[in-house]
Amino acid sequence: MRDTDRTGTPASPAQERNTPRQKQQFELGSGPGRVLVWFYGVFTVAAASRSIVEMVLDFGKAPLAYVLSAVAAVVYGFITYSLVRGGERARRAALVCCAAELAGVLIVGTWTLLEPAAFPDSTVWSEFGMGYLFIPVILPVTGMIWLRRARNV
Amino acid sequence: MLDALTVAVAVTALALAAWCGFAAYRDQPTKDWHFIGMAVVSVLALAQLLVGIVQLARGERPDQGMTIFIAYLIGAFTAVPAAGFLSLSERTRWGSVTVAAGAVVLAVLEVRLYDIWGN
Repeated sequence: MRDTDRTGTPASPAQERNTPRQKQQFELGSGPGRVLVWFYGVFTVAAASRSIVEMVLDFGKAPLAYVLSAVAAVVYGFITYSLVRGGERARRAALVCCAAELAGVLIVGTWTLLEPAAFPDSTVWSEFGMGYLFIPVILPVTGMIWLRRARNV
Repeated sequence: MLDALTVAVAVTALALAAWCGFAAYRDQPTKDWHFIGMAVVSVLALAQLLVGIVQLARGERPDQGMTIFIAYLIGAFTAVPAAGFLSLSERTRWGSVTVAAGAVVLAVLEVRLYDIWGN
């Protein structure tokens, strides 16, 4: 936890370039990352199967909610893949996706509260992920902390 | 569905979560005994899957739809084995945390299964 609190002092680009780059394929999915792989995997399966079932059964009921669930599934799937793959490019891509995920949860969460009529059925990100024990909000924050920390390893 | 079985799976899953959480607290990876515990929970989940299928075959229907019910049954059966496999290649305390998280997910799935089946 100690190292992760230093988010206010990003390493300067020059300093970053001087660090050895031979560990190009460093592991993102081991150690604490393994727990993240698990949760992202679970949410990929949960969001994907949920949106597929809902779309197949009755797409017309709440198209917006179902499409948003499908988008969430794609984002989760990509982050899971990046964590397993490892390396600097995957780390950056995962970081961008975690930010997108957090933005998605916050935007969709606020949207469902402000305009419930647009969502006859809920999504994975409705009410900030309340139906999923708020894990959709916690996960991207933990993910970004881990991914920032992995850079310094 | 068989309520006793649902409760049994949920309780053993939570016990497994506590056990593996304790191992993680003591900075230990999952060991043979933990894998036996995972096997017990998985066998119970498999029994639940079979009971669920038999009940569907006998014409009983869950309240919230058959597709969702079957999806949750399969998810409940695969949760702990999947976490176990992840911990096999992660021989640190974080492997134990993963299994504990997997068992908690299973317990949550049991609550949902209970709701989906209804009365």
